[in-house]
Amino acid sequence: MGQNSCVSFERRTVLRDSLSVAIPVGSYGAAFGAAAVAGGFSVLQACALSLLLFSGASQFAVVGVMAGGGTPLSSIATGALLGIRNGLYGMRMAPILKLTGIQRFFGAQITIDESTGVALSQENRGEAAMRYGFFATGIGVFVFWNLFTFIGALGANSIGDPSSWGLDAAVPAAFLGLVWPRLVNTKARLAALLSVLLALSLTPFLGAGLPIIATVFIALVIGWK
Amino acid sequence: MSELWIATLGASAICYLLKILGYSLPQSTLNNPRIQRVNTFIPIVLLSALVAVQTLTIDSQVIVDHRLAGVAVAAIALKMRASFPLMMILAALTSALIYNFI
Repeated sequence: MGQNSCVSFERRTVLRDSLSVAIPVGSYGAAFGAAAVAGGFSVLQACALSLLLFSGASQFAVVGVMAGGGTPLSSIATGALLGIRNGLYGMRMAPILKLTGIQRFFGAQITIDESTGVALSQENRGEAAMRYGFFATGIGVFVFWNLFTFIGALGANSIGDPSSWGLDAAVPAAFLGLVWPRLVNTKARLAALLSVLLALSLTPFLGAGLPIIATVFIALVIGWK
Repeated sequence: MSELWIATLGASAICYLLKILGYSLPQSTLNNPRIQRVNTFIPIVLLSALVAVQTLTIDSQVIVDHRLAGVAVAAIALKMRASFPLMMILAALTSALIYNFI
């Protein structure tokens, strides 16, 4: 009895942690839906990206590169480069989640920043709490993110010129909001500054999307040693 | 198939592949500190480049316009620890005001 109530109390705490991440993060899906439609994607394509790609930064990048006149290839490449970290999260989560069969296919899809982050933050509560946090957060973000993508896409679909609603500034602001918490030290800020300069100076010479991909060179140089 | 569908489905397929790969590769790959470090910087450089390109370019030209004011306000909002949606609304509002009225 005592043991049980202890376990259920812990679940409630983990669930609260999960939802306090899932609901606000999921609601940013509205921003993505609006950005996608402003960038020329249909409501269906915006929703397909949230359902099938399901990784915020990659989704914004795919939309941003296409909206900027890039080719599908550079758009896919940018999205994929931003998706590498999800693979690394999977490697970290695999021994904890011990997923088999069909579970693994589902678990992989919800392996993102938030589900991994909440799971790792439960480390002191044990592996069961980590697994619970992973799925509660992953499923929560998935549900809210997709719901709000649809709402945002519908909303943007019903307005005219995206610029007169400030959507053309809201999209880079979203990227700024995504990179901001990562600028934790001088090296990170230096990498950000150099990639801004490199991307802008390459813009007149390379096709749209390529100046963005070229900045991976900076990550390689700074991260290598 | 339209270019937008190619981008949508192609990026979705590759990003899913990367996710499932994480559960299939040996964990030792993760222990390489060099891979770890490079991977920390990849989102930083790509997202920063996206901020710059989306704020300051049209087609293949560098152009300063209403968007820069919006993003500058977003930076101030983030510095003041505003929430993500509030920051985006302030950026959109600033940019829209300048676009429509100046």
